Amino acid sequence: MLTKRIIPCLDVKNGRVVKGVKFLDLKDAGDPVGIAQVYDREEADEIVFLDITASFEKRDIMLDVVRRTAETVFMPLTVGGGIRNLDDIRDLLNAGTDKVSINTAAIQDPELVRKAAERFGSQCIVVAIDAKRSEGDTGLRWEVYINGGRTPTGIDALRWGEEAEGLGAGEILLTSMDMDGTRKGYDIELTRSFSESLSLPIIASGGAGNLEHLHQVLVEGKADAALAASIFHFREYSIKDAKDYLKKKGVEVRI
Amino acid sequence: MITIIDYGMGNLRSVQKAFELFCPDVRVSSSVRDILDSDKIVLPGVGAFGKAMEELQKKGLIMAIKDALGRERPFLGICLGLQLLFSESEEDGNKKGLNILRGRVKRFDSSNGLKIPHMGWNRMRTGNRESKPGILSGVPNGSFMYFVHSYYVEPEDKKTVICETDYGTRFTSGIHKDNIYAFQFHPEKSQTIGLKIIKNFVGL
Repeated sequence: MLTKRIIPCLDVKNGRVVKGVKFLDLKDAGDPVGIAQVYDREEADEIVFLDITASFEKRDIMLDVVRRTAETVFMPLTVGGGIRNLDDIRDLLNAGTDKVSINTAAIQDPELVRKAAERFGSQCIVVAIDAKRSEGDTGLRWEVYINGGRTPTGIDALRWGEEAEGLGAGEILLTSMDMDGTRKGYDIELTRSFSESLSLPIIASGGAGNLEHLHQVLVEGKADAALAASIFHFREYSIKDAKDYLKKKGVEVRI
Repeated sequence: MITIIDYGMGNLRSVQKAFELFCPDVRVSSSVRDILDSDKIVLPGVGAFGKAMEELQKKGLIMAIKDALGRERPFLGICLGLQLLFSESEEDGNKKGLNILRGRVKRFDSSNGLKIPHMGWNRMRTGNRESKPGILSGVPNGSFMYFVHSYYVEPEDKKTVICETDYGTRFTSGIHKDNIYAFQFHPEKSQTIGLKIIKNFVGL
């Protein structure tokens, strides 16, 4: 049986991890490669690097991070953030990324998803959706935001997810903007809507504050994978703690 | 010398890095001469079956692969590299494969709500098979491997099956026949236990 995945996510800016990571056993807690190695040893199921480098000129730094990671880490690596076109995707894949996650560019040019899936295969194209509960009379349940959550689009998130599936996306990375950073748990309703409507794997993101939150989103939210950042980075819980907890609760995980 | 065949289907860097852990002479190449001049050959690959066959054809690699197999060089197929060995695939209509092994490549059935692609960690089961090939030496029955695929192989000769995996159905996740070894999962992405398979192949 396919197991549920636990995926730590690192925000990387100019080649350095931002928001801090408290790894006592690491000499350089800002180096994404070293942190990826620790998560590899702990048998995280995958790892995600989100590149939040603002400056276009500095984007090659990320390729170097990916290259150095791929030399020592033999687990699936996804990179997202700032991907604009097929060349960006090709460069990341050639550097050793297994999957790329496309967000803003996919909304602006949905054909990019189709072309990328045709050229590189659906298995490496993750469409990332930042969704926010819609207030008032918009007729939308969750609205898609782009540009790092700054720009509303007027597009219904679930509708967009279905379109992305048709375009050839291999997976959806679904972030609840309402819950992200709150540590109050994932948006279960949002996640479940996606899991039940799409036949693609759904990675839930945004809101993890404890291990029960992971359990809820994987079982009630029917997510295929749970992505989390701070609960792992600050060593409140190890990957093993998370998997032991889930296993005790009857969730199939890889231990 | 191990040659990893580059035919434009997917990232080969992690495959190369994994082999380099155990062997100093690893090259990624699309040259017929390099393939014929190797002790061992790896056919990796992700993406569409039809496109992959076209690329192999265009680069003149089909004969090179068949020739190398005829000379009994150890051969390792990974993911699409397993599927391409078979007669045909139902991916984008009916596409002919290398036809080195008889059988079909079929799509998972999503009608019961099965998510496609089959993506993530699942168990490979060697079951009660009496003889375990050397490539699985030290790899316990039930080990977790990393999978990402929407199609699976159905070999005619069941004796070639060395491991299976459950996803909606029980499908073949590894085969062995003579000098040919191939897996549906990605040993190069399956952490310590996956690297064990690569090490075993290098040691054949």
